[in-house]
Amino acid sequence: MSDRGVNVPNPYNRLSKEQVELIDKTSLELLQHPGILCYHEESVDLFEKTGAIIKKTKEGEHDAWWVSIPPGAVKEALETAPSKIFLGARNPENRVILDAENTRVYFGTGSETNYWLEVEPETYISRESKDERVFPVMKKKRGSLELLCQSAHLAEQFENLDFFIRNVNVQDDDISTENKDVNVFFASLNHLTKPVIGGVADIGQLKEVVKMAEIIAGGRDQLRKNPVVAFITSVIKSPLQVVAETSEKLIAIARLGLPVVISTSPQGGSTAPIDDVGMIAQVNAEALAGITINQLANPGAPVIYGAVPVRARMDDLHDMYGVPEFCHYTMACAQMARYYKVPCYSTAGVGDAKVPGIQATMEKMLTHTMVPLSAPGLIHYSFGLLDKTQTFCPEQALLDNHQIGMIKFLQRESNVNSDTVENVKKVVEEVMHSPYRMYARYARGMLRRGEIFSGFPFEGELEDQDQTLLLAHERIKEMGKTVQKHLPEETCRRIFDAVPGLLPRLNPYGEVK
Amino acid sequence: MSKDIVEMIVDNVLQGRRNKDDEGIEDGVVGQPGVAELVEEALETGIEPDRILLKGLSRGMELVGAKYESGEYFIPDMLTAAEAVEAGMKVMEPHLTGQGDNGGKGKIVLATVEKDLHDIGKNLVAIMLKGAGFSVIDLGIDVPAARIVEVAEDEDAQIIGLSALLNTTMKNMEEVVTQLEQKGLRNRVKVLIGGAPTSGDFARQIGADSYGKDAFAAIREAEKLLKAGGDS
Ligand code: B12
Repeated sequence: MSDRGVNVPNPYNRLSKEQVELIDKTSLELLQHPGILCYHEESVDLFEKTGAIIKKTKEGEHDAWWVSIPPGAVKEALETAPSKIFLGARNPENRVILDAENTRVYFGTGSETNYWLEVEPETYISRESKDERVFPVMKKKRGSLELLCQSAHLAEQFENLDFFIRNVNVQDDDISTENKDVNVFFASLNHLTKPVIGGVADIGQLKEVVKMAEIIAGGRDQLRKNPVVAFITSVIKSPLQVVAETSEKLIAIARLGLPVVISTSPQGGSTAPIDDVGMIAQVNAEALAGITINQLANPGAPVIYGAVPVRARMDDLHDMYGVPEFCHYTMACAQMARYYKVPCYSTAGVGDAKVPGIQATMEKMLTHTMVPLSAPGLIHYSFGLLDKTQTFCPEQALLDNHQIGMIKFLQRESNVNSDTVENVKKVVEEVMHSPYRMYARYARGMLRRGEIFSGFPFEGELEDQDQTLLLAHERIKEMGKTVQKHLPEETCRRIFDAVPGLLPRLNPYGEVK
Repeated sequence: MSKDIVEMIVDNVLQGRRNKDDEGIEDGVVGQPGVAELVEEALETGIEPDRILLKGLSRGMELVGAKYESGEYFIPDMLTAAEAVEAGMKVMEPHLTGQGDNGGKGKIVLATVEKDLHDIGKNLVAIMLKGAGFSVIDLGIDVPAARIVEVAEDEDAQIIGLSALLNTTMKNMEEVVTQLEQKGLRNRVKVLIGGAPTSGDFARQIGADSYGKDAFAAIREAEKLLKAGGDS
């Protein structure tokens, strides 16, 4: 049994029971009228078997079908979808157990960011006092395989990180659509003993990625029992359109019997209504459409309700994460998933800010605190994301790791009970009759048992400068030097023999002939 | 045999156990003798008080200090250990007086100045000074300058320690210095001040001898003052 993640003892229900039922009813109605606009013929065939009303149309060059999904088909999919799903890991102690009837929450990375933002200490001389000072300067790089490996290595070490979604978009010259998937999955799996989840760019490589995972897990059946990889598919293009290419991947993964997240990310104000009711009704309908396709393809296949509803910025229509509406939408989705008894995939901790600092901290703290209160299961995007998911910063990820530590601690249950109050009376009596009336002595036990939260680990000593980033940078440098948790040599050899397209430079045991 | 008792005193200081009823850091020690009982036993078996003090209580506190420096111990551990030393000192007291040297490092009269009720920091300083082997007479809070000077004179204390947490009350520290001068005691008694609004500059300004920013500085500064004034 893994003790990863954190239990949220009393999830906060933003919606009343009546509101939940109303959203359910409304989403089902939306799936009938207007229904979904589906660009994937095989999915249309699957829907047709459930008695859906289909109407062929043309969207520009593409064939498309209006599908009016009968509520019964959705309800049946929700019946067959399992409420408990395991995400496997190279180290079985790191497995994630997702149970929709339970309230455990796990934090992970995510979003393939284009940029890697690095802290570099630089010395400046004051024009006025001529004093020297060291300030953190931010340097931006394009993502690469090398940086993805570095990120995975850090992720292995962050104690509050429970699962990994690759967070660096690799832009190396020798990476193309034809070899990207195998290389990015290998880079992740070769540095992490925690669950790895990711999307596939090219359906042709899905079987190669699965082959790699089977070698790591120890065989076909072992992979189903310990799925060291799980997938994410963005089948929905909001509003309510089903994309051909990703539906094909979704169906293929469903038939492989491996866990998959249905991820839909409508933007309130552009591709979804901006108000609570509109957003929740639509994003819920979209998630349900995806789950239904998955279950029609393979009833009982492990599927995760993924909702990433965001709000539009009013000045440029970019995504916005660090706002109260984001919490409203997201917490409601967690409640809907729990109502359906399907595990949920959610989001918190993205900074809209471009660099670490006060803005980023405020934005992150808001969603990192609020979203877990709704006990959504998986919370991705939690480490190091800035500039509304365009940038990953390792130092920020380290700060986020600490913030998530606080959030996990926050969920601890109170120790008020009939035994503890007896002890309190005794202690107060003792202290009142002691010379200085101090309780310090009684804090020691908790201190030793690790029950007192440690302070901010990056507190500097200067009185007139925040040194957080400089200190975080020192720690990141140290973490970069620790031993990497590579796959065993024999496993790497077998993977490189069996899987085409892997770049020899990724093999930690030297290039194979 | 006797060596064992002194070592057990050291262990129990590290565990912060005043007496047999106290818990330690490790479980399952309640009921076993604590510092007070061990000191008593050591005295009965004829171990010299000096040895108990230096190789037992002081040695224990030194080790506690080292553990704090290395990050293993925190303030609650320090305070708890200091309380254990204090419990041992209580037992020692009758055996120390009359020996010429009082065995401790020196005598300090400590007080929060008039009109000021803050005492958490002052108490911390008191406990730690006692733990470090000083003999501390703590007059409490809201103490008029006249009373502080009077006790210092009667008790023949080498140091007066003053605490103030308010901008408005820190001025009352100066009054203590003035009264010491008026009574012709200024050469005999050193004045050490502390509390958040005070500073080294403020100490110089009011003619005090030293300032300590926290309880550790209080010990350091008190030791320095004693050395400096030792031959007067
Ligand atoms: C706790 C507290 C109280 C408690 C005191 C409880 C108690 N048992 O002491 C209560 C609620 C009673 C209180 C009351 C008031 N308080 Co008050 N209080 C505080 C508070 C929050 C913490 C002080 C504290 O205990 N710190 C922790 C200890 C460990 O630190 P410390 O005291 O600084 O001590 C350390 C060092 O300074 C040094 N040290 C201290 N003494 C000595 C002595 C020597 C010899 C040496 C060497 C070193 C040394 O070593 C210590 C250990 O490291 C401070 C805020 C703050 N951050 O300081 C306000 C504060 C001191 N209080 C303040 C005020 C205004 C008041 C009231 C006037 C409020 C009111 N309007 O009623 C009253 C005044 C009552 C009075 N006449 O004294 C202000 C003072 C502003 C100012 N500079 O003048 C402060 C700064 C809060 C603020 N920011 O406004 N207070």
